[in-house]
Amino acid sequence: MTRMTARARRRSIINTIFVTACGLTAVIALGALALIGWSLLTKGIGGINGDLFTMSQPAPGSRGGLLNAITGSVILCLLAMVFAVVIGVLAGTWLSEYGGRTKLGHVVRFLNDVLLSAPSILIGLFVYELLVRNVVGHFSALAGSVALAILAVPIVTRTTEDILLLQPAALREAGMALGATRAFVVRKIVWRSAATGLLTAGLLGFARISGETAPLLFTSLGNQFFSVKLLQPIASLPTTIFQFALSAYDDWQRLAWAGALLIAASVLAINIAGRAIIHGKSS
Amino acid sequence: MHNPAIGGRAPLGEDIFRWLCLSAATLLLAILAGVVVSLAIGGWPAFAKFGLGFLTSSTWNPVSDIYGAAGPIVGTLVTSFLSLAIALPLAIGVAVFLTEFAPARIARPIAVAIELLAGIPSIVYGMWGLFVFAPWFAENVQQPLANSVTPGSLMDTLTQGIPNGANIFTASIILAIMILPYMAAVFRELLLTVPAQVREAGYGIGCTSFEVTARISIPYVRTGVLGVIMLGLGRALGETMAVTFIIGNAHGFPKSLFDSGSTIASTIANEFAEASSDMHSAALIALGLVLFFITFGVLALARLLLARSMR
Repeated sequence: MTRMTARARRRSIINTIFVTACGLTAVIALGALALIGWSLLTKGIGGINGDLFTMSQPAPGSRGGLLNAITGSVILCLLAMVFAVVIGVLAGTWLSEYGGRTKLGHVVRFLNDVLLSAPSILIGLFVYELLVRNVVGHFSALAGSVALAILAVPIVTRTTEDILLLQPAALREAGMALGATRAFVVRKIVWRSAATGLLTAGLLGFARISGETAPLLFTSLGNQFFSVKLLQPIASLPTTIFQFALSAYDDWQRLAWAGALLIAASVLAINIAGRAIIHGKSS
Repeated sequence: MHNPAIGGRAPLGEDIFRWLCLSAATLLLAILAGVVVSLAIGGWPAFAKFGLGFLTSSTWNPVSDIYGAAGPIVGTLVTSFLSLAIALPLAIGVAVFLTEFAPARIARPIAVAIELLAGIPSIVYGMWGLFVFAPWFAENVQQPLANSVTPGSLMDTLTQGIPNGANIFTASIILAIMILPYMAAVFRELLLTVPAQVREAGYGIGCTSFEVTARISIPYVRTGVLGVIMLGLGRALGETMAVTFIIGNAHGFPKSLFDSGSTIASTIANEFAEASSDMHSAALIALGLVLFFITFGVLALARLLLARSMR
């Protein structure tokens, strides 16, 4: 062991403090997140039973579940994803295959990134002004799914562009060389070879919107009854959780925890599925 | 620019397809423009009636139909910056820990777990804050503190408020926990872009891990760090559900850190569906426009900085 100068010792002490602090922050961060996961599990698991999936929301004090909310959420999200995938894939294709390097392309890409993290409640206000106040005239499932679609489009667009750019140019050139038109090459060759990636784009968008609450509060509003009508207000898991969690009834709060566990678990599952698909493809 | 197929047939489908793609891309621009225009139109009555006072007055009174947004605006800024101040050191620590110190076998699963946690819906964080964190905070922090501080001191002024755990400070902590995984994940990606040679050169001349991180890695990605900070800030500014549950929803100007308050997003979420008059909804939409300009500025800056650094 060589003798350390005072300076070297000070540097080594600072370093030890730093390494310990970094380790500590990791422990604190993961600890906080683990605490949340633990409460979610312990408080939510008690409410997960058959009734949850087979009965609609109860009056305080009686038996019931979240069937109307679950159905509503599935309808809202699926409809939103139909809009979002069509628009997002086409816009992503334009960015990657046609106009990505033009001035308009740069503007679109930049604003898409901004839209990607725009506050979701503002999208809700926008759709309220557009559809609730004007075109439809009242709260509706359609308005809710349009709001969710606007939140998902930027993700789908971004992921689509990234994935299409990964497809080898030789693939496109081979198609062109056979005399196929550009549109044909994109649809039948590029899209097809990127199919799993496009599926992931959809899944990521789906995961993002399935827990969104704020934009639904004044578009789809919520509905205490089972409903599948697109032009009527519809229940959804997040809004029902919001209402039940802030209520004064124990059984409603229990349902809210069960619903929160359900949402968190499905978002995790969708994200993991998305990752697994990418992974399975690359290996 | 035509691209005729074999045989010189005019490729109609070609043009249609390109048009479809182009219109989808421009639709994105239209949506963003639509958001601004609709908020401006919807909020106009409030701006017209209250003028600049809308931004500076803290009277928010639906009964007498008088609206000043200073309370929610200040609440938004205070909670966002406070949560950033809490989350940033933690995010940097976690990211540095994962890239520099943790063995690869632990680092990868943790990194994946953090990325997955970044996707958990904010309503879950909000519920946890309301049912678990706020009662704990009231009992173990607020009450002992209220009993021990000297009346009239700075600490007393900062911590005055109803001891129920629903206040600006707890809301900031919940926000911090929520933006932490997201910031840590982006920050880790940034640190991974530092070339191994640069760091190894540092170690080669005898630097400690602290010196390599603080003097080489972080300066190497500094513009990106600013971008991460701005992204985190953008998220915190616009976050609705995590805050609405726990901030206490009082419209006045917050008097202390432990006072209940409100943010722009929480005010809109709580009141919009049941707005009592046209002026009430106009005022809420006007609040939305204010939020839009704040977040748009922050996010645009973030993207510019990140794009420059990741290039």
